[in-house]
Parts: sequence; C-alpha cells; structure tokens
Amino acid sequence: MGRRQSFLDLSYALVIGGIALFAVLIIVSPVIIALMTSFTKGLSLKFPPTGFSFGWYEQLFDATKSRQIHRAAENSLQVAAMSTLIGVVLATLAALGLARNRYRSARIADNLFMSPLVLPGIAFGLAALVYFSTLGFRPSLNLMIAGHLMVTMPFILRTTTASLSQLDPALLDSSQSLGASWFYTLRRVTLPLIFPGIAAGAFLAFMASIDNVPVSLFLSNARTDTLPIRMWGMMESTLDVRVAAVSGVLIGAAFILMLIMEWTVGLTRRMRD
Amino acid sequence: MTSAVIAAPLPDEPRRLRLAEWQLALPLMLAFAALFLAPLLLLIATSFFNDDKITEPGFASWLKFFGDPFSYKIILDTLLLGLKTVCATVVIGYPLALVYMDLAPRLQKVLLFVIIMPMLLSVVVRTFAWIVVLGREGVVNQGLLWLGVISEPLKLLQTELGLVISLTQIEMPLMLLPLISVMSRLDPNLRDASAALGASRWRTLFTVIVPLSMPGLVAGCLLVFASSTTAFISQTVIGGVRLIYLPLVIWQQSLVVYHWPLAAVASLSLVVSVLTVIAALSYLGRRSSRHLQG
Repeated sequence: MGRRQSFLDLSYALVIGGIALFAVLIIVSPVIIALMTSFTKGLSLKFPPTGFSFGWYEQLFDATKSRQIHRAAENSLQVAAMSTLIGVVLATLAALGLARNRYRSARIADNLFMSPLVLPGIAFGLAALVYFSTLGFRPSLNLMIAGHLMVTMPFILRTTTASLSQLDPALLDSSQSLGASWFYTLRRVTLPLIFPGIAAGAFLAFMASIDNVPVSLFLSNARTDTLPIRMWGMMESTLDVRVAAVSGVLIGAAFILMLIMEWTVGLTRRMRD
Repeated sequence: MTSAVIAAPLPDEPRRLRLAEWQLALPLMLAFAALFLAPLLLLIATSFFNDDKITEPGFASWLKFFGDPFSYKIILDTLLLGLKTVCATVVIGYPLALVYMDLAPRLQKVLLFVIIMPMLLSVVVRTFAWIVVLGREGVVNQGLLWLGVISEPLKLLQTELGLVISLTQIEMPLMLLPLISVMSRLDPNLRDASAALGASRWRTLFTVIVPLSMPGLVAGCLLVFASSTTAFISQTVIGGVRLIYLPLVIWQQSLVVYHWPLAAVASLSLVVSVLTVIAALSYLGRRSSRHLQG
C-alpha cells in the first residue's frame, strides 16, 4: 500500500512537474528566440542566427529608410496615450458611481461596460467602420482613439472597482462625520487609496491599445496605421527582418515597463487577485 | 459597529449621496451608448441590406451567406480552432498553475512575472516569434534535422497544427491568470487533510483541487476561446491563406470586396456562435460549482 502510494506520488511529481516545465519553456522560448534572431547578421530568420550585428536595428532607427515605421509608432503612442487618458477619467468616475451601488441596474451597467472584453474585437472593428463612415467621418487618429477607448476602458474600470471594493467604508464615514465635504473626501481619502488600482488599470489599457489589431485594422488608412498593422503588413508581404528589430525593441520596452509597474503598484499581484 | 454609530446622526445623507454618486457613471454611459452600442446596432441593421451600396433592404445577404455550405464549414472550423486551443492551454497550463501553488512566495513572484510578461508583449510580436520558431529554417526544423529525426524540413507554418501550437502560447496567460487567482485562494489545509486521510496526490487533484478551481478554469477557457477565435493576425500570418476562419472572411468582405452587408452577416455569425459557446461554457461552470456547494 505504502509503496503504491509513493509510486503514485512520484508519478504525480514527474508528470505535473514535467508538463509545467514544458509550459514555462513554451511561454518563454519564442520570445527569447525572436530576440536572438533580431541580432542576426544574415538576411533571413535562420536559427541559430548567422553572426551577431546591430544591422537590423540600425536600419530600423534610420529616419529615412524606416519613416513609415516611425510614423506608425508615433500614431500608436498617440492613440494609446489619448484613449488611456480619456478612459481613466470616464472609468474612474463610473467606478466611483457604481462600485458601492447595490441596485440591480448598477450591476447590469457594470457588466455591460465589461462586454467589450468578450465581444469578438473584429466585429466591433467592422461596426465602428460602418458607423463612422455612415456618419461621414474620414479615417483619422481621433476615430481610432474613440474605438480604442471602448475596448481598453474595461481594464481601468475593473481594477478601479476592485480597489474601491477593498476600501474600508469606515474611512469615508469618518471623513464625512468629521465634516469633510464629499469632494474633499474624494480628493484626500478615496483617490489616494485607489490610485494604485487606477494606475494598474491605466497601464493595462495603454498596453492593450498599443497591441490592438481588430479596431485599428478597420479604422486606419495608410497615413494613420498603427505599429501592429504596419508589422502585419511587413510580415504578410516580404518577410522583412526589421520586424525582428521592432519586436526586439517592443520586448525590451515591455520588460522595462513591467519592472517599473511591479515596483510602483505591484502589478502582478493586482492581476492575480 | 463604529461606522454605524458615527453614521447614525446623518440619516438623510446616504440617500442623497447615492443619487449623486450614480450620476458619476453618466459620462461613460453616454460614451458607451454612442461609441459601442450604436455601432453594433448599425452593424445589425447593415446586415439586412441586399447590395454592397446599402440601398436595398432585404434578407439576401443572410440567405447568401447561409445558403453556401462553405460558410458552415468556416464557422465550424473557427469554433473548433478555439476549442483545440482551449484544450491545449488547459492541458499545458493547468499543471503549471498546480506547481505555482506549491512554490515559495519568492519563486511565485518570479513565475507570475514570466507568465504576465508575454501577455504585455504585442500579439504581433508573439506571432512573429512563432514564425521564427516554426519556419523552414526555424528552431524546430533545425533541431529535428540535427537530431536526424527528419531529413526534410517539416511544413509547420500554414498548417492548423502550427497555428494551434502558436495560439496555445499566445493565449496561455489568459488561461493562467484566472486559474492562479482562484488556486491561490484555496485553503492549503484541504490538500493536507486529503493526504492525511490517505489519498494519493492524483486523487487529491481530481477530487479536491479540480472541483474547487472550476470557476478559474471556466473563466480561463472563456477568455482563451473568445480571444483565439478572433485572433486575426495569428490566423492569417501563421495559418496562411488556405486556412480560412471567420475573421479572414469578415476582413475580405469589408476591406477587399467592400460588401459591408455580407461582412456584417459574417461578423454577426462570429459574435453569435462565439457568445453561444461562451454562454454554454459558463452555464456548465456555474452548474458544476453549484453542484459542489449543494
């Protein structure tokens, strides 16, 4: 009996541990391999890379050769910054209004605001294109900001609502009973306490906007395309190894950003809870 | 207790306050109605037009799409792609979540970082990484050639197998986060009690941990399914042009052929079929967790 048990436990450790190791390998290795390939000397994506050089990065940072990539990157940053900024204002206000409301309608509104996360993005992208063209708008960055706002705002709403629900109501009650106005309580008690939640949500929304394909695909044209759309074009036609260099830059940026967010607002803990 | 005592002298305050508070959600409600609900309603309306100029109302676009047997195959293929990806992420991701539970807090932090990091990386970058891995001169082919397992490079890109492998990694964080979130709240005493009562770790896994982690598992499955069925870039770049899924049809009909009513029908089919599977999955998940509590 005891032997059988220890054999079973051993098999558990081997199988579960083995698959888990494989999972980590699958998660991490493509990123590392793509990063290594971006430093290749050669003209193709052969692995192992032939020789080491910064050649593709030099091409990427060359202002004239890669002008379109630079403009796409600027568009991406601008759209992400604006949609996050508007999203923070709208979603924080909504969270303040709805988080403590126990009426059924408030729960329904909350679920409705979260629906862009499950609705297939490509359907909303097409819907936005049809809608804005019917209203007579030409593709522009402002339309893209409006579209991105809808699909990234749920991230901010979610983290902000979560931090509000962890807020001790006694703090707000005591602030009010000590004579503070509603706005003063908001400014001096509520906002400082939920700030990490807002910041984590804003970060996720910003990254989701930078990464967004379905909305940008439909609302952009050659002048207003974003980085993912431009990269998709580069991968679809002739496989341009500059894609590897762009990927390398994005990998580095995501890594640094994530370290910063981890130190300042404890991002990983917030995403787990 | 204390808060009740302090709040008592102000009986009218909370009621007035709640009304004002509720109104804070108004700006988002207006934006949401104008920029999200209205476009979707217009999309539904557009699908009931017959021609690409959107002048003649009718059911022709619906009849055309659903009169073509090929459309059913595409819908089925899209849903199957999502289900295959869900299965692969469960089989590979669940053990990792189990191991996460047993790790020391410091290592947990590192593992969580490793899981979330690729999630913040652009999907396009992750898709590109798999082109490098699966290509003719990629890591897998070079490795297998070197080992002598194969003599000719395998064709992995533009196959469904390659696409499912790539989507498994691309969507993995969406499975792991809800799983880990639920599992880290499980009472460790339950596992110890199960072991003390003589259950093997396998038995503890299937009779204690899996049922209790069901909400996280269902949430993960929903997210992975929704995301992989609409993953346009991965589907077109890794799947190529011969593997046709609904997002490609929507893109072609709207931005290549410019037949918006047909594109609207295709996207509504995607929405309805994906949401149906999601509703079924979450119904099953709720039933299993109610069964557990009852």
